[in-house]
Amino acid sequence: MAAPSRPRLGVFKFASCDGCQLTLLDCEEELLPIADRVEIADFREASSAVLGGPFDLALVEGSVTTPADRERIHRIRAESRVLVTIGACATSGGIQALRNFADVEEYRRVVYAHPEYVSTLATSTGIAEHVPVDFELRGCPINKRQLLEVITAFLSGRAPDVPTESVCLECKRRGTVCVLVAHGTPCLGPVTQAGCGALCPAYDRGCYGCFGPQDTPNLPSLSHRLLEIGLEPPTLTRFYRSFNGNAPAFRAAAEDVAGAPGGGTG
Amino acid sequence: MDGAERRVGERYLLERREFPAFLAALSASGYRVVGPTLRDGAIVYGEIRTESDLPIGWTDRQEAGTYRVVPRGDGALFGYAVGPHSWKKYLFPSRERLWSARAKEGSAGGFEVEPEPAGADPPLAFLGVRACELAAIAIQDRAFTMANDVAYLRRRERILRVAVQCGVAGGTCFCVSMGTGPAAAGGFDLALTELIAPEHHRFLIEVGSPAGAKVLTGVPLAAAPADSAREAEEVVARTARSMGRSMRVEGIRDLLVQNPEHPRWNDVARRCLACTNCTMACPTCFCQTSEEVPELAGGRVERWRRWDSCFTTGFSELHGTAIRKSHLGRYRQWMTHKLATWYDQFGSSGCVGCGRCITWCPVGIDLTVEVEAIRSSPGVRPSEPSPP
Repeated sequence: MAAPSRPRLGVFKFASCDGCQLTLLDCEEELLPIADRVEIADFREASSAVLGGPFDLALVEGSVTTPADRERIHRIRAESRVLVTIGACATSGGIQALRNFADVEEYRRVVYAHPEYVSTLATSTGIAEHVPVDFELRGCPINKRQLLEVITAFLSGRAPDVPTESVCLECKRRGTVCVLVAHGTPCLGPVTQAGCGALCPAYDRGCYGCFGPQDTPNLPSLSHRLLEIGLEPPTLTRFYRSFNGNAPAFRAAAEDVAGAPGGGTG
Repeated sequence: MDGAERRVGERYLLERREFPAFLAALSASGYRVVGPTLRDGAIVYGEIRTESDLPIGWTDRQEAGTYRVVPRGDGALFGYAVGPHSWKKYLFPSRERLWSARAKEGSAGGFEVEPEPAGADPPLAFLGVRACELAAIAIQDRAFTMANDVAYLRRRERILRVAVQCGVAGGTCFCVSMGTGPAAAGGFDLALTELIAPEHHRFLIEVGSPAGAKVLTGVPLAAAPADSAREAEEVVARTARSMGRSMRVEGIRDLLVQNPEHPRWNDVARRCLACTNCTMACPTCFCQTSEEVPELAGGRVERWRRWDSCFTTGFSELHGTAIRKSHLGRYRQWMTHKLATWYDQFGSSGCVGCGRCITWCPVGIDLTVEVEAIRSSPGVRPSEPSPP
C-alpha cells in the first residue's frame, strides 16, 4: 500500500495515568499490522517523531482538568476527522473526578507547598463535555480486543461491535459463578457495561464498575439489594464513586444513597 | 453378572464402592465425562476424571437471589439440586465460530467461505442430568432442529445422557408444577437413583438405550430386587413432596397473553436490572447474536456467535433503534414468551421448573410470584399505556 494514502493516526493524552495508551502499545503482534495500515502522525507515548495534523483518527485519553487542556481539546477536535475517546477518564472524568464531590481549593492549599504554581479547574470532566465525540471506548483501562475492533472498524468505515450490555453476560458466558448470589459479595456487574471480559468476578471479586454504566442500568434496585445484604450506605456511596463516579447514572445513585437517612457522604 | 450383556429397560444395582468402575467404563467406552463439581462456592458442570471430582457430601441452599453450598453430613454423590450451569454450555457453547471467509486473490474480487470443520473431540457423557434438564434438552432440540442448526445437531447426536433421579428438591424448584420431574421417565441412556441407608449406599441403574447398555458391560452389577425399585420410587416421591416452589399453569398461556397491560409488569420492571442473568442461567433460552471478526490486514473474516438475551438493548435493535427500550417491555417479552407464546411456537412451555432464573436473579425476582400476582387480578389495566 502506498504510504501517502494511509490514514493518519494521532494519540493524545489529557489527565490520565497513560494506561489506555499503553493498551495500544501492548497490542504487540497486532502493532505492526496497525502501523502498516495507518501513519502514526502523533503518538508521544510511543515516538518523539511528531508529524502534526490533520488526523483521520484521533484517540484521546484522559480528562479535562486544566484551563490549558480545555483549550487544547478544541484544537485536536478541529484537526481530526474522527475523534474516539479511550478510557474512563476521557469518558466520565476518571478517578480524578472525585474532586467534583470535594473542595479543590482546600486540596490545593493542603497538598502543595506552593499552591500558586498549580493552575487547575474545580472539576474533572470527560471529553464529550467539551467537544463532539464520535465514539467513546469505555474501561479503566480499555480492553485491547475492543481497541483493535474500534481501530479496524474505523479503518474499514463500519460501526464498531462494542456491546453496551451488562458485565453479567460476560460472567455467564465464561461460566463464572455469580459472586453476588453465591457469596454475597457486593458487585456492580449488573449495572456496569461489559468489555473487560468479566475479569474481577473470575478472581472472586465483585465488579468495580471500571467500564461505567451499562446502557439501561437500574441503580435503585441494585442499591436496594446491596444495602439488604449488609453493605453500609457510606460504603455503597464510595463503591459508586470510583473510576466512573462522575458518570451520570453512578453519580445519581451515589447521591441517592448518600442523601437517604443514614447515608452519610461516604 | 460381570461381563454379562445388559438389557434396555432392565434395572441393576451398583454398590457405592464400585462407582469408580462405572466412571472407568464411561471413559473406556470413549466418552469424556462431564458432570457436577464443586468450584468457587457452587456446584457447576466440568470435567469428571475421578469420583473425587464430584461434590461428595455437599448440598445447596437456594432461595430467590441466594445460593450457598453446605455439607450434608453424609457421603452422597448427587445430594443437591441444579446449580448455575446447565448442559447448554456444551450443546450450545456461549461463543462459537460458525465459519470464516477469505478474500479471493486477483482483480475479480469476491470471497471464499471456509465452513467450520467438524471437531475431532471425543463424545461427551453428561453425568448427573436431572429430569428437568432432560426436558430442557428436549426443548432446545426442537428449537435447534427447526432452525437446522448444524453445529448444535452435530454435537447433540454424540451425547450420552446419564440421568440422576433427584434425591433433594432445591428451594426454588418447581418441576412438579411444570410436569417435567423430579422423576426422569425417559430420554436418557442410563438413569441412576442414589439409595442411601445408614448401612448400605448403592445406586439403582435403569438402562434407557442400547448405548447405555453397552457402557454397563463389564461393570460389576447385581440384579435389582423388587424392593430396590420401590425404594427408588420413594426417593423421587419424597423429592416431589418437598418442592421449594409451585406454579399454577392452568390457562397460563391465555392469562399472560391477555394481560400485557397489567400493572404488575410495572412493579417487576422497577426491580428488574436488565442484567440478563435469568436468561443466561435458563437451560432453554437459546437467543444468540453473531459478530464478524475481521483480520486487521483485511483479507479474512470470521463469523462467531455468542449467547445473547432479550434483556439487552441491542437485542431488539431494528434499523438502528431498539424497539424494547424499557425494562417492562423486556421482562414482559421474556416471561410471556417463556410461559405462554412458547406453546404457539414449539408446542410446549419454555419453562421446565428448574428455578435457576429465581436463584440467579441478583435481586431475587421470582416468576412464580409474578404469575400469581397477575392471576390474582386478571384484567386490571393501568391508567397509562405501558412503554415499549
